[in-house]
Amino acid sequence: MSKPLVSVKHAVKTFQVNKGMFSEKKYVHAVNDVSFDIQAGETFSLVGESGCGKSTTGRLINHILVPDSGEVWFDGTDISKYNEKQMRPLRKDIQMIFQDPYGALNPRIKIQDQIAEPLLIHTNMSAGERLKKVHELLGVVGLNPMHGERYPHEFSGGQLQRVGIARALTVNPKLIIADEPVSALDVSIQAQVLNLMQDLQEEYNLTYLFISHDLSVVEMISDRIGVMYLGTIVETAPKAELYQNPRHPYTQALLSAVPIPDPTHEKNRITLKGDLPSPVNPPKGCLFHTRCPHCTDKCKAERPEFRTVGKDHVVKCHYAEKF
Amino acid sequence: MAEKLLEVKNLRTEFKREKSTVTAVNDVSFSIDKGEVLGLVGESGCGKSVTSLSIMGLLLDTSGKVTNGEVLLDGQDLLKLSKKEMRSIRGRKMSMIFQNPMSSLNPCMRVERQITEAILLHNKFSKEQAHKRAYDVLKSVGIPDPDTTLRSYPHQLSGGMSQRVMIAMALSCEPDLMIADEPTTALDVTIQAQILELMLQIKEERNSGILLITHDLGVVAEMCSRVIVMYAGRIVEEAPVKELFADPIHPYTNGLIASVPKIGSGVKKLPAIPGSVPDLSVMPKGCKFAPRCKYATEKCRQEEPKLQYLPGSTTRKIRCHVFNRAKEGGEQA
Repeated sequence: MSKPLVSVKHAVKTFQVNKGMFSEKKYVHAVNDVSFDIQAGETFSLVGESGCGKSTTGRLINHILVPDSGEVWFDGTDISKYNEKQMRPLRKDIQMIFQDPYGALNPRIKIQDQIAEPLLIHTNMSAGERLKKVHELLGVVGLNPMHGERYPHEFSGGQLQRVGIARALTVNPKLIIADEPVSALDVSIQAQVLNLMQDLQEEYNLTYLFISHDLSVVEMISDRIGVMYLGTIVETAPKAELYQNPRHPYTQALLSAVPIPDPTHEKNRITLKGDLPSPVNPPKGCLFHTRCPHCTDKCKAERPEFRTVGKDHVVKCHYAEKF
Repeated sequence: MAEKLLEVKNLRTEFKREKSTVTAVNDVSFSIDKGEVLGLVGESGCGKSVTSLSIMGLLLDTSGKVTNGEVLLDGQDLLKLSKKEMRSIRGRKMSMIFQNPMSSLNPCMRVERQITEAILLHNKFSKEQAHKRAYDVLKSVGIPDPDTTLRSYPHQLSGGMSQRVMIAMALSCEPDLMIADEPTTALDVTIQAQILELMLQIKEERNSGILLITHDLGVVAEMCSRVIVMYAGRIVEEAPVKELFADPIHPYTNGLIASVPKIGSGVKKLPAIPGSVPDLSVMPKGCKFAPRCKYATEKCRQEEPKLQYLPGSTTRKIRCHVFNRAKEGGEQA
């Protein structure tokens, strides 16, 4: 197998929550020992419920955050210790698409100037060349070059997300981190944007890190998927394998909880009891043991490591082979 | 025939803007039986929430106004009632569960006061009785330790817990009708599963009617017995849930169902509906869906179709001129 484009190794990120002078320091364990690789040209997805650390993981990769320990390799170098200056030339290789397209754009700058901004920073194109490139990209994402003259408030949510995608594409990035890119959109628009992202991947040979809570969207767009729970990845597998043969009890419960738009579908739901434990005080042993239907004493005492259960399929559970 | 609980007839709601008025809900009619879950689906801006607010009489603080129609709850027209009379119905005979539990609860009040407020208003209860009722109702929505929850403030509760508190408040006076406006949209899937199960269980126990407003077709398929599809302030299709998913007739419903990614289907590309929802202030003439519809004819662009029963059916209604052709096309594709 070729060298991965991105490789995250045992990344840990904590945030201090109380800043009081005398009280005991508390930390949110946002990312707790996360490891995965992304191969060039594939779509790797992180799924999980809110607060599981998916977005923090995305931010560790594009160096908005720096891990407390562990390594983040991008294109053959460890970037986790880079300073801002060293990072700058790499910024153009990693672009982001955000969840709220309206919030990601400046309301007082014309769309074409916002799309051209990365070109201004990373290339020495002339103004005319930049505008030409912007018009070309507007066409690529299904907008009209005329739209460049408008301001963000004149667009609908789906159109704005297209603008966000065009901006990410300007500098030919190697990796695009898409953090919940379609969750703010209506279903009919969501389908348009997902199709566009897939077309662009073929055309420009893009690599996506796709962050989402929506398992049905993830199934459509991904090649491989990592399921996160309470700051850690509990299962990583190729798409087909994960959906047909989930091994971690959390993945199984998560998949069974998704409402299927088919009233004749037979429900076979595993309802999890209780809420997500607080990441300030993660449970001892297996992180999932407080809600796991199959919990044993071993789970309460000992934190499981990844076990390989199939080709490219790893699970963090003591009893992965059993389920 | 089951008893009719709520009947909405030709509801029309308008919002005043500076110079013009926009019609958010136009000629909407439907009914809910006792013990029935009716789904109201559509994309953002289609008028689903305005419909629910009109029924609840909660538009008074906005620029919106119901300009036509009747809302009959147990035969009584709610639109003719005074503010005071309405207040005695809201919470007691019908109640509402909102989308965002965090912002629907008062952050400065303990849960106990918020729940007992409605109980004391509608019943001649002592404080102890009200406390007892609040405790019971929290217990019934699956909160493990009601005493602690009663003493806490909303920010101390998780999203799933606050939604349970919201449902408990809605249930506290045992209403006949519950209107749930996107009750699980802000929640994670595993918590959503818990809440939906709870709502169905409550419906079974009390034989109450539920109007479930959502954009999630998966939730509709699981919860509802009948479904209304709205587009641009109008009902475009009404059908029993199984028939709707097996055989969606309106081109919009068809496109909507097709554009939802389904787990286990293995599909890589989705058939998307081109274009986007029209702006309420610049509505197209004729059928409101015509600009995005691949079957649209000249007639569709000129003349708005009426909502009428599908030939040969007493349960399905549709607003479309060309559904015959759309049906054939749909089967070919």
